[in-house]
Amino acid sequence: MAHSGIDVLTMGSNFWRLLGGLWITIRIALVASIIGILLGSLLGILRTLPNRPLRVVLRLYLEFFRIVPTVVLLFLFYYILPKQFNLNLPANQVATLVFALWVAAEMSDIVRGALQSVSTHQREAGQAIGLNYWQLQRYVLIPQAWPLCLPATVNLLTRVVKTTSLLMLISVMDVINIGQQIIEANNKTDPNGVFWIYGIIFLFYFLINYPLSRWAKHLTQHQLEATHL
Amino acid sequence: MSTPLLTVSHLEKSYQKTHILHDISFDLDAGEVLTLLGPSGSGKSTLLRCLNGLEAFQAGTLTFAGEVITQKAKQWQQLRQQIGMVFQSYDLFPNRTVLENILLGPLKVQKRSRETVLPEVEKLLQQVGMRDYRDAYPRQLSGGQKQRIAIVRALALKPRLMLFDEVTASLDPEMVRDVLTIIRQLADTHQMTMLVVTHEMDFAQQISDQVLFLADGRIQEQTPGPQFFKRPQTSRAQNFLASMDF
Amino acid sequence: MSWAIIQQSLPLFAKGFVLTLKLATLGIIGAIIVGLICSLIYYFKLPILTPIVTIYTEVARNTPLLIQLFFLYYAFPILGWRLTASQCGIIGLIFLGGSYMAAGFTGGFDGITKSQIEAGQAIGFTRWQLARYVILPQGLALSVPALAANVIFLIKETSIFTVIAIPELTNTALDLIGMYYHTNEYLFVLVIAYAIILIPLSLILTYLERRVRYGTFGH
Repeated sequence: MAHSGIDVLTMGSNFWRLLGGLWITIRIALVASIIGILLGSLLGILRTLPNRPLRVVLRLYLEFFRIVPTVVLLFLFYYILPKQFNLNLPANQVATLVFALWVAAEMSDIVRGALQSVSTHQREAGQAIGLNYWQLQRYVLIPQAWPLCLPATVNLLTRVVKTTSLLMLISVMDVINIGQQIIEANNKTDPNGVFWIYGIIFLFYFLINYPLSRWAKHLTQHQLEATHL
Repeated sequence: MSTPLLTVSHLEKSYQKTHILHDISFDLDAGEVLTLLGPSGSGKSTLLRCLNGLEAFQAGTLTFAGEVITQKAKQWQQLRQQIGMVFQSYDLFPNRTVLENILLGPLKVQKRSRETVLPEVEKLLQQVGMRDYRDAYPRQLSGGQKQRIAIVRALALKPRLMLFDEVTASLDPEMVRDVLTIIRQLADTHQMTMLVVTHEMDFAQQISDQVLFLADGRIQEQTPGPQFFKRPQTSRAQNFLASMDF
Repeated sequence: MSWAIIQQSLPLFAKGFVLTLKLATLGIIGAIIVGLICSLIYYFKLPILTPIVTIYTEVARNTPLLIQLFFLYYAFPILGWRLTASQCGIIGLIFLGGSYMAAGFTGGFDGITKSQIEAGQAIGFTRWQLARYVILPQGLALSVPALAANVIFLIKETSIFTVIAIPELTNTALDLIGMYYHTNEYLFVLVIAYAIILIPLSLILTYLERRVRYGTFGH
């Protein structure tokens, strides 16, 4: 090796450009997660209703998003929205939409599972003191269910962050895409730069995800101890 | 008198900051049945578990058959073949049949041959009335039946000492008697040395040669069985017996 | 949507289908082996190896497969290790999947009740016998649901192989779209192809979970 190539990171505005790409990545993950969690919570509550057709439709929605890989989902929306619906959204909005719908699907299942795990005794006790449907949700079920949702939701967030790596596939100017531009621009002078650029992106992802996954683990253990007492 | 089978002297056990057992000392002679009585939380089960290496203790010595127990994992693994233990939750291995559960110890741990072990095991199964269930899985048995198998599983190793830790506490009342009868036969006809933790006072009265009464992690009194139930020495024990409606 | 276009593309998709299955199978088998070894090291707290396993699983679980593949495919040749795209794909899937499988197995081992382990100790099992007769059979049975979820997850992850131009299903579809622009048809076939793999598989795995659970624990 002539030289290590690490100076690719410090040359010019390279590092700042990478951080800018990272910010776009994070922003998409954040916005999609917030929309997805809100929408998914609502769908999760709806999935506990006795309405059978509604349950079937929502279940199909979940299964579709579970079966089709996220890469394919991105391309489906990227190609089909403009073509079939004449909707020309910028790539990062398409990505936000896809991620939000995907998060909502997964979230709906987390919320449904948690709501159903609140015991029937609690449900009946609430009904016995005359609470109506929404009061039952508001005062009995949701307060007991939401701590149960928390670990799985944090886990879902780590998956969202990892999945943002796919943004580059539909040409969003995310951290990976910018990394590739830098690698190509410096390929002649700095063939080893590829190692450092991908290395730093690797590190970025780890630094975001590691605390999240530790938190999820902590929450899970906390919950296990609570249920064993 | 010959040397005791088990000698516990000045045993101390604490868990993190809490002291669970204080200065526990007693002897157990071969053929003797010692019952541990006391209010819940008095440390009876913990003491029993210390005697089988399931809990470590911080001070004191255990001597079993003249051998000082050093609390090394290897030594406990050897000793457990001589000290059988039966638990409240039976804990048969769910993925193995009754016979496999029983044979694991003699065949795999003691490396004895199947031909010599099998007749012994058949006899034990016969004694506890479970001969027809040798190929059943634990899921097909009732709680009382599982507990009888768990007793046979421990006996199959030919232990010199048996520890019974509240073995009837999770059983339906009508099954309790069957299991207790088996334990009593073991004492009467086989002169098995036993340490028993139980809440069944009638049973304790029938079986105990000695009673060790524990409260707050200390031995309050050690008294011969018949005498303990008539005239306990300490007021703690009097109150305890009164509270057990006995 | 044109049936003729779909029909013409089917031979190519069939090739991609087979390649997806082949790479996924190799990757998943490798991941299960790596995961089992790691979880045993972790469970028995083997010296030296335990911290290595911990670092590996944290790194693999907390970084995207796409970057792992880029590293293998573009950055490793600089160190002198040159691999074909398919080799990178399999290694990447094993690297990622191994950490997920390790977590699945560990969850199973942790799920064994303390009293079962004590019952084994009480009949004098050595450490190895305890592993052989109690921990492995029960831990493996308890980890089946998590492993099944990982299998589905890893098959879907093979779609990311397209970034290093492995001609699996997704790559086949994107290539065809790039050449002929029949997006509707090709994406339709692509979704159906994944459904053909994943729907029966998830039904089989659910059935298997139930069988193993009943066979081991009786409920």
